[in-house]
Amino acid sequence: MIQFFEAFGIWLGAFFTFAIFSFLYKDNPVYKIAEQVFVGLSAGYWFVYTIFSIIIPNLYNPITQNFSENWIKIIPAILGVMMLMRLIPKTSWISRFPISLVIGTTSGVLFLRYLKSDVINQMTATMINPFIGGSWVEIIGKLMLVIGTLTGVVYFYFSKKHEGAFGSTARIGIYFLMISFGAAFGYTAMARISLLIGRLQFLLGDWLKIIGP
Amino acid sequence: MRRILICLFLFYSILLFSQEFIFTAKDKPNDDGSAILIEWDASDYEPDKIILERQDTKGNFLEIKKLSDFLGVFEDGNDINAGKTYFYRLSLYDVVGNLISQKSAQITAEAQWFNTEKISLLIMTIILTAAIIYFIYSARSGKELYIRKISGLESMEESVGRATEMGRPILFIPGTLDLDDMQTIAGLTILGKLAQKVAEYNTKLLVPVCRSMVLSTAKEVVEEAYLKAGNPDAYDPDSVFYLTDDQFGYVAGVDGIIVREKPAANFFLGAFYAESLILAETGFASGSIQTAGTAMPSQLPFFVVACDYTLIGEELFAASAYLSKDPHQLGSLKGQDLGKAIFVIVLLIGVILEIFNVHILKDFLSLH
Repeated sequence: MIQFFEAFGIWLGAFFTFAIFSFLYKDNPVYKIAEQVFVGLSAGYWFVYTIFSIIIPNLYNPITQNFSENWIKIIPAILGVMMLMRLIPKTSWISRFPISLVIGTTSGVLFLRYLKSDVINQMTATMINPFIGGSWVEIIGKLMLVIGTLTGVVYFYFSKKHEGAFGSTARIGIYFLMISFGAAFGYTAMARISLLIGRLQFLLGDWLKIIGP
Repeated sequence: MRRILICLFLFYSILLFSQEFIFTAKDKPNDDGSAILIEWDASDYEPDKIILERQDTKGNFLEIKKLSDFLGVFEDGNDINAGKTYFYRLSLYDVVGNLISQKSAQITAEAQWFNTEKISLLIMTIILTAAIIYFIYSARSGKELYIRKISGLESMEESVGRATEMGRPILFIPGTLDLDDMQTIAGLTILGKLAQKVAEYNTKLLVPVCRSMVLSTAKEVVEEAYLKAGNPDAYDPDSVFYLTDDQFGYVAGVDGIIVREKPAANFFLGAFYAESLILAETGFASGSIQTAGTAMPSQLPFFVVACDYTLIGEELFAASAYLSKDPHQLGSLKGQDLGKAIFVIVLLIGVILEIFNVHILKDFLSLH
């Protein structure tokens, strides 16, 4: 029985892989079935995951097992119930309070985090002496780092029109950005090819047994 | 013989007592009271084994560390709580295993209100906050604050007009992260402005989302936009809908919508991961005008390649201020610009100082 389900799972995987690949030709009913099954299954999966991996271990178990030490968790529970008030049109305004709380705390917490990681750490990492180091390649690399950071920041300065010397500096900044985007594109394209290889390995190995594991 | 032996004993005793053995326990500064610093120097003794022990609640000393160096600092962060007193004992043993010397120390762990190693962060926070507040008040008092044109946003009017002419919907994706990400919030702010235009033109808007909190917020934002546009009856609550939390399940659903509904314009504004290229490529294939914006550096290349307009990084956050001209958002953007100007100046000074081998600024800014 277990072997049957294993084989059934592999055949199902192969069917859905081809169903998704069929989109390369055009939109068709087989693709639509695969898409709807995927969306429906994942929505159901996340619903169950939320209950068993988030609500039960983080709220239900702590409150029922040791209320005195975990009573504070009642507050997020109430906020969660307030969110559900959206379901009743007359009380839907109540859900604005937890939303405001989330947005407000997020802004406050992230302000400091990004100030630290994206501003101060970035600044200290760029404060280098570009002229010390080994080869001239390293020196050019360090100079690029300093110039790229400075001109990149200038590009994102919104209070001044990009014209004259300021505009030229900003243009150098955008060139740096575009070159880095090109490199990132190539790198990620390679990663996507590895995903395709993974699928082909599944079809040729697990399904057709043409290649070994 | 007896005299010689007594002299030898005295000499050995004097030698032994003249040797220094330093052992101190100190509260770790700038922390939340969860660590103790143990310092020792037994280099005069050169013992074979150094054992550090801590007294437990029953009064027994339990070994916490065998120290290999004759001197050093050890941080004890195991089960240390602020306000509690801890007793430590350091024992030195010779090769045979005899105890040479032993010292003990006690210390109370304390939590500090301020981490003095993060003063630079405090200074930056104060400067930025003060600048933002100042500019918000300036904008409120009617002072005109200039913001340069953000080219990616020119597409909004064009997209809505095109969708109206073609009788096709507009698709808006606020990213795949929850409300605890600033990009999602920025995306939803732009959604408000877009929905207002959509309401004015009476065009169909589609906003599929993948997070429950984003669903609630997006519904609020779109409904309010229709109210502001003076067309509340045109608001369709089903225009903002949930698909799934799963990243690729969501992408499959959105791709299906793009292929079947054939929206005239797609907006991808928020936080994106691997789904960025799949979404943008499908939208490109269906012939939509596409505007994307994200602060995810790894995903920007795909949007730049596959979309007509791209808001790069901070342009996404500036976009809502540019569109709304709201004093709060304008003031905030201006304050951030001042921060960037300070960044450039401090960075230039820092690089010049580093060239002259002066590290004072870098050391001050470095966060520990």
